[in-house]
Amino acid sequence: MAAAYEKVALARAKGRATSVDYISNIFENFLEMHGDRRYGDDKSVIAGIGYLIEMPVTVIGIEKGHSVKERGFRNSGSAHPEGYRKALRQMKLAEKFSRPVVCFVDTPGAYCGIGAEERGQGQAIAENLTEMMTLKTPVISIVIGEGGSGGALGLAVADEVWMLENSVYSVISPEGCASILWKDSSRSKEASECLKLTAQDLFKLKVIEKIFPESDKVYAHLKQELYAAFTKSRQLDPQSLTAARYERFRKIGAPE
Amino acid sequence: MTFKKPRNLLEGYSKLIGSHSEDSSDDLMVTCPKCKKSLASGDLLGSINVCMYCGHHFRMNARQRLNLICDRDTFAEADGTMVSSNLIGFPEYDGKLENARLDSKEPDAVICGACKINGIAAGIFVMEPYFMMGSMGVVVGEKLTRLFERAAAERLPVVGFTVSGGARMQEGILSLMQMAKVSGAVKRHSDAGLFFVCVLTDPTTGGVTASFAMEADVIAAEPFAHIGFAGARVIEQTMRKKLPEGFQRAEFLLEKGFIDDIVERKKQKKYLAQLLKMHVR
Ligand SMILES: [Zn+2]
Repeated sequence: MAAAYEKVALARAKGRATSVDYISNIFENFLEMHGDRRYGDDKSVIAGIGYLIEMPVTVIGIEKGHSVKERGFRNSGSAHPEGYRKALRQMKLAEKFSRPVVCFVDTPGAYCGIGAEERGQGQAIAENLTEMMTLKTPVISIVIGEGGSGGALGLAVADEVWMLENSVYSVISPEGCASILWKDSSRSKEASECLKLTAQDLFKLKVIEKIFPESDKVYAHLKQELYAAFTKSRQLDPQSLTAARYERFRKIGAPE
Repeated sequence: MTFKKPRNLLEGYSKLIGSHSEDSSDDLMVTCPKCKKSLASGDLLGSINVCMYCGHHFRMNARQRLNLICDRDTFAEADGTMVSSNLIGFPEYDGKLENARLDSKEPDAVICGACKINGIAAGIFVMEPYFMMGSMGVVVGEKLTRLFERAAAERLPVVGFTVSGGARMQEGILSLMQMAKVSGAVKRHSDAGLFFVCVLTDPTTGGVTASFAMEADVIAAEPFAHIGFAGARVIEQTMRKKLPEGFQRAEFLLEKGFIDDIVERKKQKKYLAQLLKMHVR
C-alpha cells in the first residue's frame, strides 16, 4: 500500500486522466452547455448532457487540463463562483426532466482570488450544498484525482460518492495543513499521513461508498456501475431519494 | 499539560469576562487596533466590547453574547455536554482540545439552545472564538444539525452568530462533511417555511462561510468583521499582489451584495427582535 503522500502525488500526476477523458469515454453524444447566466462561463467546470447507454444524463466535471496551455485555460481546475453556479444551473435543469446527474471532481480547491471573493465564492458553494441536498433527481459524485476541500464538496453532495484508487479527498491540502500546523509547508508528507485523505482512508471512515481500481477497464467499469445505480435510483420517488441523501450525510460524525 | 499563555492582552482579558476570576481585570489595558487609544478592560466590559472612542468591535465570547441577546433567564442550553475526541488520531489534537477548553471554559466551539428575544421564542446558536477560533468539527456540526432539526420540529426560527476559522483540519474529512450535514438541516428548516437570521462576526471564514453562514434568509454582519472564503494571505500569494483596502470586510460584502446589512452590536437585539416579529407565522 502506497503511503499517503504517494497517493497525493499520483492524484496530481501529469498525464492522469481528467474529466474530459471520463466524459468522452463513458458518455455518447455529449452536448456541452456553457455559462451561469449570471456573470460568465467558468472554463474550470465542464457541464452538459450526454447519453449513458440509452439514458440521458447531466454530466458535470471539474477540469484541470493536460498540457500547460490547457491548464492555463482551465485555471488548473480551480473553479470560480460562476463554475459552481453553472453546475447548479445544469443540475436544476436535470431535476426538471428527472435526469440523473454525474459529477466528476478533480480540483486542488475552489479558486482563492480577489474576483472569486467579490463574486461570492463562499455563497456559491453554500448554495450548491443546500440545493444538491434536496435535488429531486439521482446524483453520483466521483473523485477522479484531487478532492480539494469545499471546492470539491460543492459538487459532491450526492446519493453516493465514489473515488478512484489513487485519488484523495481532504479538508485542506497537505501543504496548507503543514504551513498552519508547523509553519512549514515542506512538511506536507507528514501532513498527508495525518489528514487521512486517501480513498482507502475515506472508505474506512464511511465517507465514500466505492473505490474503483485504476486499469484500462476503468471507463467500462464506471459506465456499468453508473448505469446500474441510476437504473435503481430512478425508481425511487423524489422524497425517498432526498431523505436517503440527507441520512447519508446526517450520520457522518454523529455520536454512536 | 501546561497552561497556554494568552497570545495577547485582549485574549487574556476576554477569557476573564464572566468567569469570576480572582484576578483584578481593572488594571489590564488594551490598545484599540483601530484608533490606537488605550482602553481599560473594565470600561470595555461596560461597553459590550466596543471601543468607546471609535466604535471598533472587539471579539466577544459566546456566553457574553447570549447575555446580550437573550431575554433574562430564558436561555436553555442543548447538548451542552457533547465533547470532541481525536477521531482520526491527529497528532497534538488532544492537547489542543484541552487548551481550548481551558481558554474558553466551554466544551466546544458552539453553544446551542433556545431562548426568547423580546418575548419571541427562537432557537439560537453562538460560536465561540476562544475555542480554536470557532473551528467546525464533528461536535459543532452535530450540535448545529440537532438545533435546526429541533427548531423545525418545534416550528421555531433560528438566530445564529458565527465566528470561525472554518472546518477543523484535525478532524480531517469528517469536519468537511459537517458543512454538507449542517446545510441539509438548514435547508429542511427553510423548506418547512421557517426563518433563519445569521449575524457574521469577526472572523467568519472558510467552510463556515461556504455553508450555513451564507445560507440564512437574512445575513447581517458586525462592522468591519472579516468575512470570506479564502484566507487573505493565501489570496495574496496566489495573485501575487496586495489586496485592496477593506477587502473581505463586512462593508465590502455589503457593497458586493452578499449581506443584508451591517448592524452594530448595541442595536443587534432590537434588530433581531424586529425581524423575528416580522416573520412570525
Ligand atoms: Zn478605538
